[in-house]
Amino acid sequence: MWSRYCQTTCAVVCKDLNLITGELHFLRKSSHCTQIATHGHGNHCNQASLYIHWPYCQKRCSYCNFNKYISRNVDNDRMTRCLVTELKNLLGISGVSSITSVFFGGGTPSLADPQTIFEVLEVVKETSSLADRAEISIEVNPTHLETKKLVDFQHAGINRVSVGVQSLKAGDLSVLGRDHTVEEAVRCVLESRKLFPGRVSVDMIFGRPNQTIDQWTEELQELLKICDSHVSLYQLTLERGTKLFKQVHQGTLMIPDGDVMAEMYRASVEILERSGLCRYEVSNFSTKDAQSLHNRSYWEGRQYLGVGPGAHGRFVPVGLGKDMREARIQTLEPDNWMFEVEKFGHATRRAVPLTKLEQLQEVISLGLRMQDGLTSSRWLEHQGGTGTLNDIFGSCPSVNNLISNNFLTLDARGMRATSEGLIVLDSILPYLLNTLTDFTDCTGR
Amino acid sequence: MLMRKIKNNYLVQTSFVSKDSAPLTWLKRKFRSQASKLTAFKFLENVGLEGTNTHVKRFVQTSTVLRANNVKKENIDLQRFPVENIRNFSIIAHVDHGKSTLADRLLEITNTISKNVRNLQVLDRLQVERERGITVKAQTASLFYNYNDEVYLLNLVDTPGHVDFNYEVSRSLSACQGVILLVDANQGVQAQTVANFYLAFESNLTILPVMNKIDLKVAKPDVVLKQLKNIFDIKPEDVLKVSAKNGTGVEELLRAVVEKIPPPPADLAKPFRGLMFDSWYDQYKGAVANVAICDGVVRKGDKIQSCNTKKTYEVQELGIMHPTEVPTGVLFAGQVGYIIANMKNVNEAQVGDTLCHDGTSVEPLPGFKPARAMVFAGVYPSDHTEFSALRNALNRLTLNDSSVSVHVDHSPALGQGWRLGFLGLLHMDVFNQRLEQEYDASVIVTAPNVPYKARVFGAKNLKKYGGEEVTILNPCHLPDPHVVKEYLEPMVIGTILFPDQYLSSVMNLCMERRGEQVDQVYIDDTRLMFKVILPLSEIVVDFFDDLKSITSGFASFDYEDHGYQVADLVKVNILLNSRDVEELTLICHRARARVTSKQVCSKLKETIPRQLFKISIQAAVGSKFIAREDIPALKKDVLAKCYGGDISRKMKLLKRQAEGKKRMRKIGNIDVPKDAFIKVLKR
Repeated sequence: MWSRYCQTTCAVVCKDLNLITGELHFLRKSSHCTQIATHGHGNHCNQASLYIHWPYCQKRCSYCNFNKYISRNVDNDRMTRCLVTELKNLLGISGVSSITSVFFGGGTPSLADPQTIFEVLEVVKETSSLADRAEISIEVNPTHLETKKLVDFQHAGINRVSVGVQSLKAGDLSVLGRDHTVEEAVRCVLESRKLFPGRVSVDMIFGRPNQTIDQWTEELQELLKICDSHVSLYQLTLERGTKLFKQVHQGTLMIPDGDVMAEMYRASVEILERSGLCRYEVSNFSTKDAQSLHNRSYWEGRQYLGVGPGAHGRFVPVGLGKDMREARIQTLEPDNWMFEVEKFGHATRRAVPLTKLEQLQEVISLGLRMQDGLTSSRWLEHQGGTGTLNDIFGSCPSVNNLISNNFLTLDARGMRATSEGLIVLDSILPYLLNTLTDFTDCTGR
Repeated sequence: MLMRKIKNNYLVQTSFVSKDSAPLTWLKRKFRSQASKLTAFKFLENVGLEGTNTHVKRFVQTSTVLRANNVKKENIDLQRFPVENIRNFSIIAHVDHGKSTLADRLLEITNTISKNVRNLQVLDRLQVERERGITVKAQTASLFYNYNDEVYLLNLVDTPGHVDFNYEVSRSLSACQGVILLVDANQGVQAQTVANFYLAFESNLTILPVMNKIDLKVAKPDVVLKQLKNIFDIKPEDVLKVSAKNGTGVEELLRAVVEKIPPPPADLAKPFRGLMFDSWYDQYKGAVANVAICDGVVRKGDKIQSCNTKKTYEVQELGIMHPTEVPTGVLFAGQVGYIIANMKNVNEAQVGDTLCHDGTSVEPLPGFKPARAMVFAGVYPSDHTEFSALRNALNRLTLNDSSVSVHVDHSPALGQGWRLGFLGLLHMDVFNQRLEQEYDASVIVTAPNVPYKARVFGAKNLKKYGGEEVTILNPCHLPDPHVVKEYLEPMVIGTILFPDQYLSSVMNLCMERRGEQVDQVYIDDTRLMFKVILPLSEIVVDFFDDLKSITSGFASFDYEDHGYQVADLVKVNILLNSRDVEELTLICHRARARVTSKQVCSKLKETIPRQLFKISIQAAVGSKFIAREDIPALKKDVLAKCYGGDISRKMKLLKRQAEGKKRMRKIGNIDVPKDAFIKVLKR
């Protein structure tokens, strides 16, 4: 039964990958040319950050719709071999010679063998230049077992951790389906701080079932006592297909309404900033020198490679002789992913070329999520200098309306959302995207 | 040989049939050219088609029965029928009382159609007619009936069953000398029975009362007979009892038609004179006119003239409907048939016109007053790229329904469109349904409104409005109160029949709708008939639905035009953040202004999404605000998590929102989705 399944999927996969692997031979032969090709590009074509996806979890969280699999018998060696193979191949396809940061996400990457982390990082160092102080992060699930592995992760090359605390209330942890206790989480944070001082981030979720604003602000005060220099706060989002979604829709659980969520968020920003953790992105707070460089690179619209099941990437496949940036996604299901990697060297399921306009739309939509917004220089780098931010947005009535109502700032430094604007950013972006499209249509590009 | 040719030819085209309509046109043309030789079923069997495509199916459904029965009907000698052997009659009934089934039986018994095909409402040719079980478009059929060894020519002129089509009914009746008044033995007299009875009565037609569905277990013949006696003064012994479904009593009915209905008052010796009482448009033949020949004879090849336009035409083809067109080469006085004479469009074939021979002068027949639109509604394409397709569909449909008035209109929210005038609500519904079904047009129809009037004063205003009385179709154009002597609103007189246990709820409903009761009678021991004068505007939207629900479905309702009445009307403006939204302006009675405004405001509040700015929705009469709703500004709208995989998903969403924004109508800072307008403008 299983083998038949494999065969059928294989047939599909072969067809899918034909084109991409066919071109791989060309890549090997012409890899010496990539260096030359990349020099022509304004936006650092030989640089990228690297995301590695570990797809397995011990337990399913009730709110999570990520690409993750609960598996009792994970073949660590095979996974490691496949991650390494795909990494090498994607490095080749992208022509990237310099990795600026690495992030191990999941799933639950802290369940991975530290040896896996080590081997992946070894390949990065062998095949590209990785700066000594480059940020290498891992997401950590704060169980007792995984806390004990922190030292080994450090030895494998990790220098920053992001601890998934999510809540400091025992009841809420069980509603969220987490497999650790509050005490374990606190201990994990403290342990991490000892090993990675100044380089520990804590993930929290607010807007949980039955949560009140007062409860949340108290909890946040508790958190401030133990946390380090970086906090990520995520509003609970009900994702289709999750247990929580079902519970809320059936009425067995209630989550706070939109306006209460907004109040919680405003209160959080105020509390965190008062204690020196400044919002540098919609959901990320830190001291000045503790921002996550890896995550920043997404919002700055830089290249990134995605390795592992379901990982996403954005890069120019110079190795394939192409010059347009592509949005790429790897095969989702781990077994299929491994099968394809073993057969074809990588498991890129889809590679969609992004037009210039689409790239710029991303640059704006992501850039404005940051406190310092989209700087003029970064815009120049991406846009190519045929239209400054002011050329494009300065004379548009709907943008001016946003500016005069204090949602947006546009000046020589760049374009950014005000703190009133940041909280309703997704209602602002459509206007900006339309203005950009109109400009592009007018200038014929 | 011929068969094979068709088959081969068809098979080549088969693959296209389901994709576009070109092969359908081909099929239709082929079919028409072969129709005299073979039946539709045969034809389709031969071309190996079971009707896969809905258009083909529909076409086949409507054509099959008609064509199948159209075989071997040539060489009918109409000269055999002197005026004394001709009867022109129609059947009038409330919806669902079995009129179309009775027509089928009459056609069968007289061998007009054969019994071996399934005859389902042969005269109801439109899809909407079959679906709704109503007749919209009058049809005629000529039947040959053997009575006492003499063959009689019976012309059945079908009439629409609903009073919205009153105009069609009176047109049809003008070609008749008698009617069959059909009443359901269970449901008894209903509102439309009353309305139709009086139409026939006022036209001095012989009325044959017939009780249908006597085979039903639940039939209550005694009660129904009592009702007929009470309302129409019909003697019980005069009522024929039939079951159209089983054919019981239908033979007797045909005999009664011959015996009781007088022959048409026609004179064969006089110069030709014919009344055009209906017309329709055939894609291939042009306008086809239904004509009742009053005097003289008309033949193929004759030069005829319209008394109205003075245009002359040559008769290309003429004949009787048996039940579809059967050419006879000649039509004699007293007969009813069709004439095709190269009339380019239905406007030339003006219903009510008198036809005569070219060069003769005859006294024109009285004709009809033109249909008057009672209800108006905006019709817009749901996507403005479909504008020209919708225009074509409207043009074609109005060719067959000249009672719809068409004005070009423009709404800032819905774009270019039309304001159509209809005879009534059912007419509007039916028209829209035909538009969607027969022409695949996707349309937005706004809530109906009625033609108000204003009497202006002052020389300047008289000049400006071109007269004292101004009819207002678009609410924005209502003249200001300071130049208006009085406003007028259209009224109707309604007939409501219902069991007396619902008396108080029906009375309350009528009062609520500003009705004034003028009559109230018991039609039997338990059923009441109300006559109520109501403002048309009060019944156009949901009156009938409400009436049905408060009487558990037992009430029937019908209405007739009752002129205009002075009314205290106001114009209500809807404002979004103090800006007037023109397309939502409405006219209503002062007493209704507050309630209506509140409804509009709260509908808008439901449909306009929260935005970056607070939105206040206000309704105002002049400078006075009468309703208000606020939509608070958005408090938070930003994706919590946005990394690698989230980015593609978010961008897709943002692009869709950006596209959506472009299609919204901007009122000041506010983006109003088209949906919001549609929700408010539709009922």
